[in-house]
Amino acid sequence: MSKVIKIKRGLDIPMLGEAERILQPPLKSSEYALRPPVFHGLVPKMLVEEGTPVKAGTPLFFDKYNEDVLYTSPVSGTYTQLVRGAKRRIMEVRIEADGKEEYVNFGTEPLSTMSREQILEKLLKSGLWPAIHKRPFAIVANPAEKPRDIFISAFKSAPLSPDLDFVVNGREAEFQAGLDVLAKLTDGDVHLSMHATQNTSRAFKEARGVKLHQFIGPHPSGNIGVQIHHIKPLNKGEVVWHVDVQDVISMGILFEKGIYDAHKVVALAGPEVLNPRYYKIINGAKLSSFAENNIRVKKDVNPRFISGDALTGEKIGRDGYVGYYDDMVTVIPEGDHPELLGWLIPTPDKHSVSRTFFSFLMPWKKYSLNTNIRSGERPFVITGLYEKYLPMDIMPMQLIKSVMINDIDMMEKLGIYEVAPEDFALCEYVCPSKIEMQTILRDGLDVMIKEFA
Amino acid sequence: MKALHNLVEKVKPNFEKGGKFEKLYRTFEAFETFLFVQGNVTRKGSHIRDAMDMKRTMFHVVIAMTPVLLFGMWNVGYQHFLAIGLEVSFIDQFLHGLIRVLPLIVVSYASGLIVEFIFATIRNHEVNEGFLVSGLLIPLVIPVTTPLWMVALATVFAVIIGKEVFGGTGMNILNPALLARAFLFFAYPSYLSGEVWIDTALQEGQQLVDGFSGATALAVLAAGEMQYLPSALEMFLGTIPGSIGETSTVAVLLGAIVLIATGVGSLRIMVSVVAGGLFMAFIFNIFAVNDFMAIPPYYHLIMGGFAFGTVFMATDPVTASQTGTGKYIYGFLIGVITILIRVVNPAYPEGMMLAILFMNVFAPLVDHYVVAANIKRRLRRLKSTTVNVQS
Repeated sequence: MSKVIKIKRGLDIPMLGEAERILQPPLKSSEYALRPPVFHGLVPKMLVEEGTPVKAGTPLFFDKYNEDVLYTSPVSGTYTQLVRGAKRRIMEVRIEADGKEEYVNFGTEPLSTMSREQILEKLLKSGLWPAIHKRPFAIVANPAEKPRDIFISAFKSAPLSPDLDFVVNGREAEFQAGLDVLAKLTDGDVHLSMHATQNTSRAFKEARGVKLHQFIGPHPSGNIGVQIHHIKPLNKGEVVWHVDVQDVISMGILFEKGIYDAHKVVALAGPEVLNPRYYKIINGAKLSSFAENNIRVKKDVNPRFISGDALTGEKIGRDGYVGYYDDMVTVIPEGDHPELLGWLIPTPDKHSVSRTFFSFLMPWKKYSLNTNIRSGERPFVITGLYEKYLPMDIMPMQLIKSVMINDIDMMEKLGIYEVAPEDFALCEYVCPSKIEMQTILRDGLDVMIKEFA
Repeated sequence: MKALHNLVEKVKPNFEKGGKFEKLYRTFEAFETFLFVQGNVTRKGSHIRDAMDMKRTMFHVVIAMTPVLLFGMWNVGYQHFLAIGLEVSFIDQFLHGLIRVLPLIVVSYASGLIVEFIFATIRNHEVNEGFLVSGLLIPLVIPVTTPLWMVALATVFAVIIGKEVFGGTGMNILNPALLARAFLFFAYPSYLSGEVWIDTALQEGQQLVDGFSGATALAVLAAGEMQYLPSALEMFLGTIPGSIGETSTVAVLLGAIVLIATGVGSLRIMVSVVAGGLFMAFIFNIFAVNDFMAIPPYYHLIMGGFAFGTVFMATDPVTASQTGTGKYIYGFLIGVITILIRVVNPAYPEGMMLAILFMNVFAPLVDHYVVAANIKRRLRRLKSTTVNVQS
């Protein structure tokens, strides 16, 4: 096995409410939704009409700018409602499940006899294609491109992230089958990054046909962008893909059984969860269907439900639906209370990387962090801080500034191809000027996409 | 807390759109956010945020300046009574200094904040906290005898020309507090050099002691009067004439400890300024042709504004180099240029102010080359992989 790659810069944010390694028995939700906005840049064109019965794997819509990519129903039932937002943007495609678990049959032709084109077609038709992301730009992969390499991370390092060893447990064979599929999509390598000490599952340790890498260090060591940077950095003109572990499993199932199985294990975690646990759900399930009775009820405190982790996730309502890519739901308290001289008094409930608070003296302490933004937005003042939280040879402040002034040439020179908004999440967390760095970077990436279109 | 918050909420409509004092909204907001961290929540990006903010950052710089301020007040009194040959108690010395220094601080803050509030209102942005630091720095780097109107003028000049024309805190090229001093230095030179360092305002029946000289150590050296140079201990403790805040190296070190311990000030810059200063002083030692060139290098660190400038001025994150490597170069050159100006230039005995302002201007250039190196690394990587593919 290769040598351990040490990530020195970064931060593990000590949050309360880590999920216990207990898998709750599956609960059936009757409502599901596929939400087009979670696929960045997607313009959906509907394929079915309201009221149409669907099976798991029935296409619901496709991407206007990439017609081959189909987005399919995760469950069998009836397509009931289209929810539109501002400017008639399609926000949710709702499905009412019938509980029958009927699947569209995509065939079980053995992988060894299939050409790359046939594999691509199967992935595109089944609705699993959007699970493949690409760098540069951090968007759904383009089937017309051939990736230099494909990357998979076997661990997550964001606050309260699920333990993928636990998630993959019992599905080792499917995971390997998925890896075999991916290996046929690239002429390069499939890279699987493990945590040097935490990953023990044989699904990862004994994975075949992949290059194994070991990482150790604080968040963002689990971010795929950081791993790519340290394994084989992305250069201008190159394209790499990356896939999440659970989607690799779904791909394995697709090729072994011929069905789109959208089951996945999600962690319900955070300080506002009574018993943080793991749940096996079908993708797109309604949050309340499994979280309803597991949320703290407190006077004066509103919970915020986040599909994803607290640094990069998406705010959803109590009645919201789990996002296509998310393998966790974080519930934290809203910070919508004013605090007298809150900037001055270093109360023990505040976490900061700054040594002007006491949290640096108590590294073992875990915090119930809320959503209070703490200050208005200011221009960049503090320097030398952001670099400590982006363990790549990239200058975060300079890159963000080049995006702010829309200097395309400079963005490219400073390495925008290598990064995704999630890589700047920690910088955004520590920023004393409260600059929305993830949003700014996303804008920069969108500018680059347009530039290349 | 509830009652106070209710009060704030009650008067708030007066300042909001359509209210009686609509124009003062930004001023009101500054005070409101000073009193209360608002209940505003994150909408985009990271849902949780570090508890640190600009108010707290600036506040810690102010804390770091308090030893210097308190010592400076006492020293003003001490020097005054020394000059008139009166022996009074420690308390009296301090009180005299307090009475002389406080008006300078009040005028500096008042004039600067008024400008800040006006600009925040015109530009419709929140009042930035940067001036909390500048407003205290300005009185600390001028002689106690500076007329109040001059302080106000210099402060307004520094805030408008030094900061607001560039877009406010975070956008400025020059350190505002130093710019205020430079403004006075060049506009009213007679008020910032010569016998201005000691408050020699006499009351009836008082007179200056025989042989009184109010010259700073650097002026003494520039004049070649080695016999009048204070001892190293005096210069280290700070019981010497000089700008209000600059004399005591001990007090500055206390401030440096606060800045370094809290991580608010850049240790990297402080160390490299000192290294640059010592390096240049050693060079002069080697080629010494006069007494000034021959003084022990560490004297430079405890004389004049070197320590103060190193800890509180050079470390201003906005005007310093913004890259890690750049900070070393920036700091080192400040040290070198300071000593160069001090020893070689006959016109200005103190080089710290000019050296920092000079390097403020050049910091973006230093950064440019550090960033260029990063870009070059990325390009080289691209080239090496292209070669691999071809071979």
